[in-house]
Amino acid sequence: MSGGELRSGRFRTEREADWRRLESLLTRAERGRASRLSDAELLELPQLYRAALSSLSVARATALDASLIAYLEGLATRAYFFVYGTRARLRERLAGFFRRDWPAAVRGLWRETLASAVIFAAAVLVGYVLVIHDPDWYGSIMPGVFAQGGRDPAASTAFLKSILYDTSHNDQLSSFATHLFTNNATVAIMAFALGFAFCIPSVLLVAQQGLILGALVALYVSRGLGFELGGWLMIHGVTELFAIILAGAAGIKIGWAVIFPGGRPRLEAAAASGRTTGAVMAGVVVMLMFAGILEGVGRQTITLDWARWSIAWVSLTLWLGYFYLARERLA
Amino acid sequence: MTTPHPAEAAPDQSLVRALITPEGVDLRLTLGSAGERAAAFLLDLLFIAAALITLAILTQAALASMKRQSKEVVEMIWILGAFGLRSGYFILFELTGRAATLGKRALGLRVVARDGGRLTAEAIFARNALREIEVFLPLSFLAMSALAGDPADGVALLMAVIWSGVFLLFPLFNRDRLRMGDIVAGTWVVKSPRVALLPDLANGAGSAAVMVFTPEQVAAYGVKELDILAEVLRRGDARTIKVVATRIQNKIGWTVVSGETDSAFLTAYYAALRARLEHRLLFGHRRRDKFDKA
Repeated sequence: MSGGELRSGRFRTEREADWRRLESLLTRAERGRASRLSDAELLELPQLYRAALSSLSVARATALDASLIAYLEGLATRAYFFVYGTRARLRERLAGFFRRDWPAAVRGLWRETLASAVIFAAAVLVGYVLVIHDPDWYGSIMPGVFAQGGRDPAASTAFLKSILYDTSHNDQLSSFATHLFTNNATVAIMAFALGFAFCIPSVLLVAQQGLILGALVALYVSRGLGFELGGWLMIHGVTELFAIILAGAAGIKIGWAVIFPGGRPRLEAAAASGRTTGAVMAGVVVMLMFAGILEGVGRQTITLDWARWSIAWVSLTLWLGYFYLARERLA
Repeated sequence: MTTPHPAEAAPDQSLVRALITPEGVDLRLTLGSAGERAAAFLLDLLFIAAALITLAILTQAALASMKRQSKEVVEMIWILGAFGLRSGYFILFELTGRAATLGKRALGLRVVARDGGRLTAEAIFARNALREIEVFLPLSFLAMSALAGDPADGVALLMAVIWSGVFLLFPLFNRDRLRMGDIVAGTWVVKSPRVALLPDLANGAGSAAVMVFTPEQVAAYGVKELDILAEVLRRGDARTIKVVATRIQNKIGWTVVSGETDSAFLTAYYAALRARLEHRLLFGHRRRDKFDKA
């Protein structure tokens, strides 16, 4: 009795060439740009995919060769994800993200952003009022990293002022700035990622950042250095704080979905909000990178108050315009 | 990747999930097991560490060639590189067509949207952002306290270990092997191995056409035994083949002709058994194993 007489053997012999062809096309397609498929091959692929699917159905119903079925399942699955998956290349996806997805996601989050901004502003106010009335609060609000270098209520006004315009240790400061960037990025990602715990960690993190800012402002205002500090802070702070507020908003959105899932199961609601806010968060990291550059490079080279302030205002205008202005032209 | 291991032929049924294509065929995806996920992650960590060390060595060399000593630059590259690599690596690789990091590729895994739809960039970002709090956050706390020369902080250490433990073991405590990031992003990780098409064993029976089995002889076994037989033949281990051949010969009352090898007998019997079972299958009878009366 020879294999050719087996019905499933004949079935396989007849179709094997098509499967192999599909396999080689998929392998090339998955490898990326270098071996891009031609138009004809791109048209051929879905046909071969459907043929492989029907082979799989037939094989499951009539063949008892487990390895053949495993092969066809693997092949059909790979082809399915190619045919119905995202076809866009990495570069196109990135371009689409900056042109459409990110601003759209930020706009979709406006309610949470507003809430997050209000919380932040309130925290700034609280921090400010506390420290203005009782400088002892400063120590308990500031985390150790920021208090180092002697920037505390016991320092002299001249010293506090010198920090704002110090350009002598460029190298050290840029290292400090990168440290701050990763620190801020971690804070932002945490504000987002911890959101599923009923928004509480997100709100707390945003509030904590606000408190720190308020306390710092109070310290400098009490020495009559408010305007100067504003330039020093806001040159990058506009971007950075905006990013952290957005991250908090994203966390609040997820937490809200967990608390009030609506008609859907909780898991599903969390997943849906996680997907919509994912884009916001990817952008937040990019914003923090900009902020890091402004902080590390811009602030060290630009020491004029009005120049710092104008960069702050320009960046605020740019971000707001980018996120919230109507853009039919691009859409 | 092409091993005809029994696990591949018959995946753990509790990990199989239906994915009905628009054409109406169930692809029966198998979820990646916790072990595979962990192995893939460890591989990824190794790759990241290797890239980071290379990066550090290259910067050192570049600085040395410029005859400049700058600890800050190296430090900066370390901090930025570590952050960029650990966030960018996972996201960029999962954004590609194969939706898998190098570690996942090595283990034949890929990330898939749970609803079977497109895997969006947002989902990929969300699932990897969560990794930050699942693993890297407590790890960096540990590293920081170690760098600060403060190993005495036992409570922080314990908290970090518990924290990571809860998240790392999370996939073990749900049916779908989801980690926190998968839950938030609406994804799961499935097996999508590249299975090689193995030669049809029944084709090897051509040379043994002289062996003819009676209907009673080929009716001795079912599909389960057929699969095991195929497995034994593919492994090609002489001792196992001998044992199995002897057992079948005893069971069906086969008299061995001189010059007949065990593997030739097994191949011929495999072809005959499969022919019979497939024939019965066409009439709607799938005989699961030798105890099945169908």
